[in-house]
Amino acid sequence: METIRVQDISANDLPWKIEYNAERCTMCGSCVASCTFKAIKVDVQRKSMTFSQENQPEPVHIQKSIPVIKQIAEINNACRGCGMCERVCPNNAIRAVRNPDNRRNLLFNRPIKRGGRTNLNAQRTLDKIIVGRISQMTDPSLDAQRHTFDIRSPLGRILSPKELPFAISDGKLVANKKIPPVRWIYPLIFSDMSIGALSTRAWEAVALAAAYLNEKCGLPVRMSSGEGGMPVPLMESEYLKYFIIQIASGHFGWNRIIKSMPKMKVDPAGILIKIGQGAKPGDGGLLQAEKVAPHVQAIRGVPKATLSSPPNHQGLYSIEESVQKMHLSLNAAFGFRIPVAIKCAASSTSVSVYNNLLRDPYKICGGFFIDGIQGGTGAANEISLDHTGHPIVSKIRDCYLAAVEQGSQGQIPLYGGGGIGLTGNAAADAFKMICLGANGVFCGKILIQLLGCVGNEQGRCNACNTGKCPTGICTQNPRLVKRLDVDRGAQRIVDYVLAFDAEFRKLMAPIGNSSLPVGRSDALVSTDKAIAEKLGIQYVC
Amino acid sequence: MCRIGAVKSKKPIYPSTALRLMLPQQEGHDNSGFAMVMQDLSGVFSLYKDKPLLSMACTKQGARLVEDYMSAQNFVKMAEWLPVPDKKKGLDIQNMPYYIFRNYDYPEHYDDEDSREALLLDTRLALRKILTESGQGYVYSFWPDVLTLKEIGDPRDIATYFRLWDDNGTLLAKNIIVQCRQNTNYKIVRYAAHPFFLQGYTLCANGENTFYTKNKEFQKNLHRGYIGFESDSQNFLYTLHYVLHELKWSIPYYKHVITPLPFAEIENRPDKEILLSIRQSLAHLEINGPNTIIAGLPDGKMMTCCDSKKLRPVVVGGDDNIIAISSEVCGINEILPDRNMERDIYPNEREVVVINNNLEVTRWKQ
Repeated sequence: METIRVQDISANDLPWKIEYNAERCTMCGSCVASCTFKAIKVDVQRKSMTFSQENQPEPVHIQKSIPVIKQIAEINNACRGCGMCERVCPNNAIRAVRNPDNRRNLLFNRPIKRGGRTNLNAQRTLDKIIVGRISQMTDPSLDAQRHTFDIRSPLGRILSPKELPFAISDGKLVANKKIPPVRWIYPLIFSDMSIGALSTRAWEAVALAAAYLNEKCGLPVRMSSGEGGMPVPLMESEYLKYFIIQIASGHFGWNRIIKSMPKMKVDPAGILIKIGQGAKPGDGGLLQAEKVAPHVQAIRGVPKATLSSPPNHQGLYSIEESVQKMHLSLNAAFGFRIPVAIKCAASSTSVSVYNNLLRDPYKICGGFFIDGIQGGTGAANEISLDHTGHPIVSKIRDCYLAAVEQGSQGQIPLYGGGGIGLTGNAAADAFKMICLGANGVFCGKILIQLLGCVGNEQGRCNACNTGKCPTGICTQNPRLVKRLDVDRGAQRIVDYVLAFDAEFRKLMAPIGNSSLPVGRSDALVSTDKAIAEKLGIQYVC
Repeated sequence: MCRIGAVKSKKPIYPSTALRLMLPQQEGHDNSGFAMVMQDLSGVFSLYKDKPLLSMACTKQGARLVEDYMSAQNFVKMAEWLPVPDKKKGLDIQNMPYYIFRNYDYPEHYDDEDSREALLLDTRLALRKILTESGQGYVYSFWPDVLTLKEIGDPRDIATYFRLWDDNGTLLAKNIIVQCRQNTNYKIVRYAAHPFFLQGYTLCANGENTFYTKNKEFQKNLHRGYIGFESDSQNFLYTLHYVLHELKWSIPYYKHVITPLPFAEIENRPDKEILLSIRQSLAHLEINGPNTIIAGLPDGKMMTCCDSKKLRPVVVGGDDNIIAISSEVCGINEILPDRNMERDIYPNEREVVVINNNLEVTRWKQ
């Protein structure tokens, strides 16, 4: 008997095990070809067989070599559970099975990087909240199908009523000074996922969906570019108005953006300054070299290397700096015509940040985007994903109530993200967030899930950082990217947003509201006492 | 549903007219209270129209507390009317021991309008605080030429108690805004009964303001007079006061604040920049839910408008001498049976109706 080498890695050490049925297998090889992680291989197995071919038992014992599909027991080739093998197998001969006894975390000899969402903090506060204030007799519920609903949220700095530069002429108000730009948009923003993090086709599919929703469905959905620039033809087209251009600490893509500015026919919907994100708070963007393909190098103006955006914007050493330098210069760059908003990772300090922004004398911050711990990412250290960050629900509430306290609610629109649509129902999540004080929500992960991403919060796939995305969404490998059908992907997103809109009305109607119930916490109740107390809503049981 | 009403007349009228406007509307409804604000007074207060009139209900101790405070603030007592109630048995009224209606002269050095307005408000708030903390009474209004009476009970009996059926020449006014029901959603509190009053603005509302929490959270910081919030209808008054008195905008903008036009409609308006700015900056004063509002303004004008889906009724009807606004037409039929009913106005969800002191009616769509 061979000596057992316990330090060797076996398939049983890996998070996913391949369950293979040799009898069903036709040896077509599709599974091996489809596995982007090279987690399985064709191997030859010695098989000991005893059989009899005569009328009387005359056992014959032979040793035979047969080809089989075998899991590769290597950390670098660990099965991610994406299920592509099962998807392509004509005979249901193979599938990946979760291995609860895996030793993955112990066996990695370096910090684990991955994409996806936190797997450790996937708890759902929003599911313990119910829309519990129903219009019954005291006031009528509305009709979700027949009444009109104004589902729009502001993006831009809103002045307090007394600051409005209005004069009265013949009893009519006239503006005698410029009012900061505000866009009224759909309360669901397609969150920032860059070209680079996403394949060009995936980014295109999301962009196509955004444009379609605007042009054909009348829903002013806006999409954030992510920190990776935008295609020049898009920037020079009429469709730019549907996009919020992001600037993050690496300033990737801004060379092209600045060069395109003189040729822009329309203004973008806004600028989003990314300070941080919920999935990896305190870190800058991360695009691993595997994904820095030639076109990404061209857009970003970089060589093929891992692109780590700095954790901070260089030269900004305080929030006042941020407001003065970045907000002012970006406002100025676009002639003070477009809102400039800021996105931060949710943190215990979010209220302080919000207070600072509310009190800035230039009144120049057009939105505060707070990204919670359940936000997704293309790449982050797993330790950041699972162990750093802050849940979004109470943070939005805290910020809203801080503004209420000083009478400045609504002046800087609040957008919450990070886990919106985690269980698939973004409308319910968004509605509850809005009742708690958000003006709107942003979501990214659910969009790529609609495109076909199979990742989840139970450790499935989460390989967005590797360049080996099996669905062609988070990879720049041209062969893999072809797996994604842009039009069908975009259609999925459009259909989902249309369903979101219908469901949103189904939530507005019973509480009797025809415009967004921002801060209408009385519409919510909670079955969890601690949550009710923290959020200041009614506890029910 | 509350029933609300208002009567505006060229000649002073008795509260019994307002009661007759309201009582036919009481069917199927709990008759739980009576509240009215009278403005442009005649009768016992004719001589002191320019002097602030304090309207309160209290205990003996409460009366003393108020008197002490007022004299400490150098208010000079000018005139007083104490109703002599009809205390016959069996009346459904939860009466207070004393009802005080008293004119004061301003203390020295309060000569201009702004400082007087501020003083009157601050005084009422201070009195309210004193009476609430001691549990000794309620103060409803303190304003020149304005009288407020509120009580819990059957409106007919309350009127009997205060001898309002007698039409005896004491209480008369050209403008009366009235409501015959106590708050039904929450605890019965005298302060929760509309009409509400603030610095010359009177308002009652019939409905449910589903943006109460939003409105309240925003209004709390807007003005020191925006307090109480015992009823979701107070929000309407505070917004009216804020738009007209604080921002000094005209009446049409009040409607744009409480029921802004849908974005699609704003887009086609020549004044879209203004309307959008209003919708943005005053988003938290928008109302939702079914509502009708009747308001009286400091200059005597009366107005009415509805929620953006017209979920509650209101009708305006009258003749050359008297115009009434009422939740239900049966009330107007009672007091003005001979008017030309074809000229009755049933305002729609976008309409505002304003009646001036010459009883000229202006109506427009927002």
